[in-house]
Amino acid sequence: MTTTVEKETATSASPRHAASDKSRSEARLGWFLAGPAFAVMLLVTAYPILQAFYESLFDYRLTDPANRSFTGLTNYGVILTDSVWWDAFGVTVLITVVTVAVELVLGFALALVMVQALKALRPVLRAAILIPYAVITVVSAFAWQFAFAPDSGFVNSWFSFAGLAPDTDWFGSPGSAIFVICLAEIWKTTPFISLLLLAGLAQVPEVLQEAAKVDGATWWQRMRKVTIPNMKAAIMVALLFRTLDAFRVFDSVYVMTAGANGTEVLSFLAYRQTIARLEIGLGSAVSVLLFVSVVLICALFIKGFKVDLSQARGE
Amino acid sequence: MAAIEMSHIVKRYGDGFPAVNDVSLDIADGEFMILVGPSGCGKSTLLRMIVGLEDITSGDMVIGGTRVNDKAPRERNLSMVFQNYALYPHLTVYENIAFPLRLAKVPDAEVKAKVEQSANILELHEHLQRKPANLSGGQRQRVAMGRAIVRDADAFLFDEPLSNLDAKLRGQMRAEIARLQRRLGITTVYVTHDQTEAMTLGDRVCVLKKGVIQQVASPRELYEQPTNLFVAGFIGSPPMNFLPASASNGKLDTPFGTIQLDEARAQQVGDRDLVLVGVRPEMFEDASLVDEALRDKGARFTAQVDVTEWLGDSQYAYLPYESSPEAAAKLKELAQELDGDQLRTQAIVSIDSTSRIREGQEAEFWFDTRKIHVFDPQSGDNLTRDAEAGAELTRQATEDRKAQVERARATASA
Amino acid sequence: MSTREKVGWGIGGLLIIIYCLFPIAWIVSLSFKSSSDISNGEFLPTSATSENYATILTGDAAELFLPALRNSFGICLIATALACLLAMFAAYAIARLDFPGKKIILSTALAVAIFPVISIVTPLFNLWREIGLYDTWPGLILPYLSLTLPISIWTLSAFFREIPWEMEQAAQVDGATPWQAFRKVIVPLAAPGVFTTAIIAFFLAWNDFVYGISLTSTSASRPVPAALGLFTGASQFESPTGPIAAAAVIVTIPVVVLVLIFQRRIVAGLTNGAVKG
Repeated sequence: MTTTVEKETATSASPRHAASDKSRSEARLGWFLAGPAFAVMLLVTAYPILQAFYESLFDYRLTDPANRSFTGLTNYGVILTDSVWWDAFGVTVLITVVTVAVELVLGFALALVMVQALKALRPVLRAAILIPYAVITVVSAFAWQFAFAPDSGFVNSWFSFAGLAPDTDWFGSPGSAIFVICLAEIWKTTPFISLLLLAGLAQVPEVLQEAAKVDGATWWQRMRKVTIPNMKAAIMVALLFRTLDAFRVFDSVYVMTAGANGTEVLSFLAYRQTIARLEIGLGSAVSVLLFVSVVLICALFIKGFKVDLSQARGE
Repeated sequence: MAAIEMSHIVKRYGDGFPAVNDVSLDIADGEFMILVGPSGCGKSTLLRMIVGLEDITSGDMVIGGTRVNDKAPRERNLSMVFQNYALYPHLTVYENIAFPLRLAKVPDAEVKAKVEQSANILELHEHLQRKPANLSGGQRQRVAMGRAIVRDADAFLFDEPLSNLDAKLRGQMRAEIARLQRRLGITTVYVTHDQTEAMTLGDRVCVLKKGVIQQVASPRELYEQPTNLFVAGFIGSPPMNFLPASASNGKLDTPFGTIQLDEARAQQVGDRDLVLVGVRPEMFEDASLVDEALRDKGARFTAQVDVTEWLGDSQYAYLPYESSPEAAAKLKELAQELDGDQLRTQAIVSIDSTSRIREGQEAEFWFDTRKIHVFDPQSGDNLTRDAEAGAELTRQATEDRKAQVERARATASA
Repeated sequence: MSTREKVGWGIGGLLIIIYCLFPIAWIVSLSFKSSSDISNGEFLPTSATSENYATILTGDAAELFLPALRNSFGICLIATALACLLAMFAAYAIARLDFPGKKIILSTALAVAIFPVISIVTPLFNLWREIGLYDTWPGLILPYLSLTLPISIWTLSAFFREIPWEMEQAAQVDGATPWQAFRKVIVPLAAPGVFTTAIIAFFLAWNDFVYGISLTSTSASRPVPAALGLFTGASQFESPTGPIAAAAVIVTIPVVVLVLIFQRRIVAGLTNGAVKG
């Protein structure tokens, strides 16, 4: 009874108040529904990274927990002056740049073929292109490793006409090992890029193509002056996601070379410090540095290339 | 069935902007009421407040004698046809129509009977087992109507139901809705921006502008006795011409010559520097084709013809004229209010389709001065409105409608 | 399009199919090679044998592989279900309600999606040891939420935004309570989106390797990718190439089946959310 009376006075006496009440209850419901997901996300990422930052300030070995001592930023100093870090950094950047560049070009070609392909072929193509995406990275890494390995592969014998010795050890030297790693990464992730680009292509209205044709543009000119500018947002988003993803490369390296022969990447370095050598302090510092690198790349893309992430939200 | 009474309804959004401002409107039981106006005039908001999809900021909404402000939509027993039909894509046509009955837990046999009855009325029988995605626009529209009529709602609400159909279908569905409403005799509120729908369907039409009611009257009253510039300009197609003029001693000095007003009107208008003279296109005629008997009931003038449009049954001529900057600015403002875009000051006149007047010529025209209206450009008020004559038109319309509804019911029950 | 162009694009399509399937065909072929045949330097086995499958399903490696398979299925399904449940509520709120912080939630999801997993794994490794979650199912399910939750939120909010909410209002006018409107109209409309999201989230969890090798130590919770990566140490005289290939084929079968059945939906889901999968 009292509530109805209150409600009446609220609506008639001060309508503004009622409106803000409504938006407040909507806000409450919103956080009630989205809150748990938000909390879990923070719990599994923000908390660990803060923890990692804290640990990185200590000289701390799991094999020798008694001698844990606060050393401030010493760990960072150690890492950033060590060539191991910079070598891994260089390899990571190399893999990222090579794979992303090749994937972008190849992915665009794949998307173009899918747009043009016959209707009958399209479902088959779509299914085929999803398979590398869905296959476990470790499986793809094994497949490529076994293909190139001298004792189990066919590559050496297939390409013997090109002067390849049957016992060529692809994983023995940095250059060829990184080449195979890149190959596996490119195979696995190009389809994803091509799907994003395909969606971008579909967003360019057909009438623009027709208008450009009437205006006398060649296929190449239409591509360069109409299609690509209009799907720039999709390209940038694809590029951003793939770059960040490539920068975290780990699975393929672990399987193929275990970081040996100059193929150590940043993720592997962090893993080796913590999980294998139990150097928690040093490993945490590497983790934090890796995280900072990713944030910097992201900031560079968003500020530098003006990537509009609302595009990614499908808004 | 129920009457809908609204008193001092206000809808204010978070930013304080009143989308609907102090609207009081009584809709009688069984009446077909049209809400019309340019986009953003608040007509849809008002409809959604009736049905309960929008909260009412202040004022009272009374349906069938009960205040419903705080009732949820489902407690109001109204049915609504949405602009995009809002058919449930996962249900067949049959289940779409049956949906309200299923919610009310009506027994299967009764559901079947009622759905089939609705399907018969709307000729949907052969589509009952199809999904909405496989229907044409007109069929979807009929399914949406089927869902509205299947239960005994107190009133029907339509939110621009025909705006997604092409012109031909729209005409057919318009007639269909009129027939259905007359047959069922149910209170109906219909939102549209299309004035043909407003004029043909409604018992009364409520013209809204920026959330405020301008005039509520029968279509004929709106047409012949508009209360202000906005209503006069909104109702009628092609729209009424507004000629800038100065008034003195019962004479109007317009770009198309001088008009002598009768004594009553001369008094109403008085002396003014700027008035707008409203002349509907069909009040004009090619001077050479005017009936002898009519000739001295109007005024003659010559004008340069810019463009003519011959449509078979009728013909329009566009006559440009010079106007003062003040008058031009006023006309531009009015055009914007009406969702239009005024490029140049010109009059559109309707002439007989046999007229030999062609574009580029200087020609002589005649127009009937008895039915012109004179408007105050500042307030927009119609200075020459005859309220009594207007009320009489609406009274007649109400009587005609009553007789129609009775006839329709008699035929339906026979 | 002229016939020549058609043929050209057709060949292009064929090349794509070969490109996509070639490594899969290779690992399948390898899995049927006998241990002496592995080093034959050819793509195909000299004579097909199922001995590798026998090794991992009933033989020496079975005690490594089968528990891993069970762990993978169990952990991934639970992580997917949890992510979808949490994401469903969050995405509904994001798509339907207007509340401050919406942007923050979406940005957080994005940030979590691009987070380097290895940066999280170090502190988790430490923490899990302290609180006893190391080498347990929950110890993997929780971090897997960092993989599955962001993409679920993004994909689902994209799907939910496309639901014509006018339907819900129509249902209310038709006499439905909010709960009825949700159950009879919104759930059937949202179900395909939730399902698609679940598949994509499952792929991500199924693909995990870093958490798998870092946060487990025994077959109590080690998932398949990690088990594969650590296979090398199996006490056998020859290198376990054949058994690894066979195991790889088996773990690939579920995802290939999902892809074949739901390809159209998966593509829609991936490009809708447009987040890395």
